[in-house]
Amino acid sequence: MNVQLPGAHRYIGERTPRKEDARLLTGRGQFADDVRLAGMLHIAFARSPVARGTITAIDSAAAREVPGVHAIYTQADFSGVALNVMNFFFGPCEAPVTILADGRVSCVGDPVAMVIADSRAIAEDAAALIEIEIDEEDPVITLADARGGAPVHPGKDDNIAQEMGDEDIDEDLQALLDGAAHTITRTIHHQRIAQSPMETRGCVATCDGSEEMTIWISCQSPHLVARYVSLAFNLPETAIRVIAKDVGGGFGLKNFPWREEVAVIAAARLFGRPIKWIEDRFESLTASSHAREQEVTLTIGFDADGKMVGGFGDYSSNNGAFPMGEDCNVAVHMFMWPAYKMPAYGFVSRGWYSNTMGLGGYRGPWAMESLIRETLLDDAAREIGIDPIEIRRKNLIYLTDQPNTTTFGIEVTDITPGECFDKLLANFDVPAFRKEQAESREQGRYLGLGLAAYVEPTAAAGQMAPMTGELATIRIEPTGKVTASLSTHSQGHGTATTMAQVIAERLGVNFEDVTIFEGDSAIGGFSPGAAGSRQAVIAGGAAWTATDMLADKVKEIAAHLYNANAETITIEGGMVHIEGTPEMSHSLREIAEIAYGEPARLPGNTGAGLEAQFRYQPPPFTFTSAAHACVVEVDADTGFVKIQRWISSEDCGTVINPGVVEGQIAGGLAQAIGQVLLEDMPYDARGNPLAATFKDYLMPTISDVPDFEYVHANTPSQTIGGMRGVGEGGAIIGPPTLVNAIADALQPFGQIDLLELPLTPSRILDIVESRDVSGDAAKRAKTEAEAPAEEATAEVASSSGETSIDGAWNMTMKTPAGPQEMVGHFATDGGNVTGKFTSDQGDQEFEGTVEGSRVKFNLDVEQPMKITLKYDLLFEGDGVSGKAKMGMFGSAKTSGTRA
Amino acid sequence: MSDHRIELTVNGRKHGGTVEARTSLGEFLREQLGYTGTHLACEHGVCGACTVSVDGAVARSCLMLAVQADGSEVTTVEGLAEADGTLHPVQQAMRDNFGLQCGFCTPGIVITLASLTGEGKEPTEQEMIDAMSGHICRCTGYQGIRRAIRQLTSETA
Ligand code: FES
Ligand code: FES
Repeated sequence: MNVQLPGAHRYIGERTPRKEDARLLTGRGQFADDVRLAGMLHIAFARSPVARGTITAIDSAAAREVPGVHAIYTQADFSGVALNVMNFFFGPCEAPVTILADGRVSCVGDPVAMVIADSRAIAEDAAALIEIEIDEEDPVITLADARGGAPVHPGKDDNIAQEMGDEDIDEDLQALLDGAAHTITRTIHHQRIAQSPMETRGCVATCDGSEEMTIWISCQSPHLVARYVSLAFNLPETAIRVIAKDVGGGFGLKNFPWREEVAVIAAARLFGRPIKWIEDRFESLTASSHAREQEVTLTIGFDADGKMVGGFGDYSSNNGAFPMGEDCNVAVHMFMWPAYKMPAYGFVSRGWYSNTMGLGGYRGPWAMESLIRETLLDDAAREIGIDPIEIRRKNLIYLTDQPNTTTFGIEVTDITPGECFDKLLANFDVPAFRKEQAESREQGRYLGLGLAAYVEPTAAAGQMAPMTGELATIRIEPTGKVTASLSTHSQGHGTATTMAQVIAERLGVNFEDVTIFEGDSAIGGFSPGAAGSRQAVIAGGAAWTATDMLADKVKEIAAHLYNANAETITIEGGMVHIEGTPEMSHSLREIAEIAYGEPARLPGNTGAGLEAQFRYQPPPFTFTSAAHACVVEVDADTGFVKIQRWISSEDCGTVINPGVVEGQIAGGLAQAIGQVLLEDMPYDARGNPLAATFKDYLMPTISDVPDFEYVHANTPSQTIGGMRGVGEGGAIIGPPTLVNAIADALQPFGQIDLLELPLTPSRILDIVESRDVSGDAAKRAKTEAEAPAEEATAEVASSSGETSIDGAWNMTMKTPAGPQEMVGHFATDGGNVTGKFTSDQGDQEFEGTVEGSRVKFNLDVEQPMKITLKYDLLFEGDGVSGKAKMGMFGSAKTSGTRA
Repeated sequence: MSDHRIELTVNGRKHGGTVEARTSLGEFLREQLGYTGTHLACEHGVCGACTVSVDGAVARSCLMLAVQADGSEVTTVEGLAEADGTLHPVQQAMRDNFGLQCGFCTPGIVITLASLTGEGKEPTEQEMIDAMSGHICRCTGYQGIRRAIRQLTSETA
């Protein structure tokens, strides 16, 4: 795939210094807060100080008196604004999101009122004077609260935002687990994370007349923001221009505009002057979307040899009140096994609402799969009595095992987790380490080695609305210099450099002569930008092909102009050469001047100018593989962890720029270290966020992060150019690698049975001193004692009461895609039932059995996929409840009332 | 709120302005003087993004008030490179070593490192790393910054 033009300069694979750095190092970047417009006003929000309740009064009289205040808005002022707040997939939010709190507050930090003033300082002064009276209710804060507590959103039956899978383990899987030689179960409680890009969120919006808008926003894709704003406000997209030249980190938080940014845009439209909002760090920590708060329990059965025979995972995430995606993170289960041979897997996954700030995206949102799997594998190895290396070698996928299809239907054909793992071990002397570890233990020093392997799905395209291709438009300007307009966006990703490397090498020009334009919705075309480790793969492929198309055009023109055969023409160093006639070289500028200025001299079928455009739509997924090792020393007196060594063995296919690739891995690993050891965004029982500054929310600093070592394997992918994504991997593989190292170091003291993150010094001392130093055990005991008895789940069992089943029933089925309304018509005849469902999808007929008031039947559906739904319903009085099993997607709760 | 007239030199140029007593130096530099290279990322003295040099000593411009800088000589990230565009050795080392990604933390980091590498100063690698512990970077994992420090200390060695 990566065919080298003879003699051409290689840029792909070079550690080329970044083009972006010249402006960023000299203070000439343009971040959202650097934008100043004539007449611009500033916003501050007055936010809810309580987690849950009804707003009884908002008094802004005193605030209005503050000189410099222009307006104070509450939700009532926006009542005329038709707004459709969507999730990342442009799907509807089930719990409708308003610009400001609409009568109720659902978490601390919920924006209630907005002050527009001459300066941010004045706006804050006034916001502090707004009196918000709230009739406070007991909040639902933790996952345990959410399971039994009153619904966060009035009108909902419970706090389940989304549920997939089936909590009942399927009989065949249960038999496999029962028959396993070893069965290991582990649970992890993962803390809440604040994404904390160094540049907080921010936005400047201006209406240019009644039809146009310009928005500068700290985001991950100006195109996605333009599309989102257009759909959310029902405005023609052509009238919206979104600019984000420099963005100080996104990490998933800035995937799309959320409440405050939407509010700023709405306010600019309503008030008619340019409006700026720059989030401060207090808001960023407590009122930006959070990430990760989740619990998972995984059971794996192994045969006597240590090979996996089956597994079951139960996952829950605490999504908060208004999450950016109200989902149950089914990706955790989907991506648990592509790197391993796992013959059977069942799961249940639930996303829960609570009265906390909503969750948003964060680097590797499904990362829990690697954390639970890799830590469990180490525990299993200890229990079975084999080495953690052996258990992985027995179960990892190697190239020789492929193609392989997971229980989720994900086919892998070219991944290298096993090879990366072997390569890692070739670069780390494990026996020497074990010797050192044993000697150190005798001196009271506790070293540990952590190993982990995984694959990362990258460059998703073609299956979800925003996840699509990338566009490259490349021009050789009349000056002979090359410019490219791309749909990419960088929040530090270095796309202006890597894309220029691809173009320079494929075209045969100097890297210095290529300029990339991006970061503006008016440039390039739609793409979700930096989301899902996709730009190097997809935009790289787009730039690759567009450049080849352009090179072909140059050759065709040169062949015509200079009477040569196109095959004999090469481009190198910006000069066009004709084989065998070195004196016949021409500069690209010479050809460009003709192409633009004298098109009559061009061959008949080539249009004027030197431009090419290509939109690349890659395969649905491109997998990146890796294995990591790290060595730690745990201080048994203090509980502090010192990371001594960390090696990454990564296969991301064609590497465009190792400096950029390693930067992505390192950044993710630093975040992983923060997650495992430091970062925590806890709430108290009343729902107050307890980390409000960087003094409470501990970010990893240079002294927490060691030097990383890299081993690159390069198995080209099947995409154009052969790249594989690498943006999220460090954050996915880092946590298990580090946890495994710590657990290994702590072996002389015992096991980590329930992993609660972060592993603070006091939690490590829990194990070293085998007592409750952290207080976690006491806290758990208290929660269990206080936990409200879980609502008995509607049991599907025969009921004795006489119920007439016959007739029509209004029914709702809770599917992963949202509730499906339908009318069920039933006619019983002894032990048989016939009937049909009528919905906006048309009619579907069924036949089944009746036993007492329990009805069972199967229904074959074609949409959205071919699947047999197995219904099991219980009729009682005027109500019906039960579920429909949906194959590997678990079951959908179904309920209804007599029509 | 009381207003105060202040005068100071920034990157060798004289500036004056009227500020509220509560205005931080960082806000004044950005909002009134247009030196937007200085970034405010926490405004509570932890992250180091806002670091500038005041009379030769580094200061967190989010914690220092503009009125306190009256009469001072301030250097911001805009003032480090030569007039002809040649980067300061710290800036060059950061560029050579992929010391930045998004660049938001970078202005404070280069000011701190530059303050350690002036004439006659021979900081050790560990001294520079210690100085860096007062800066937060969310993007890089500090790898390029460590390499830049090594390049700088081997240059001065
Ligand atoms: S903004 Fe001054 S230290 Fe963070
Ligand atoms: S480069 Fe982004 S925070 Fe340091």
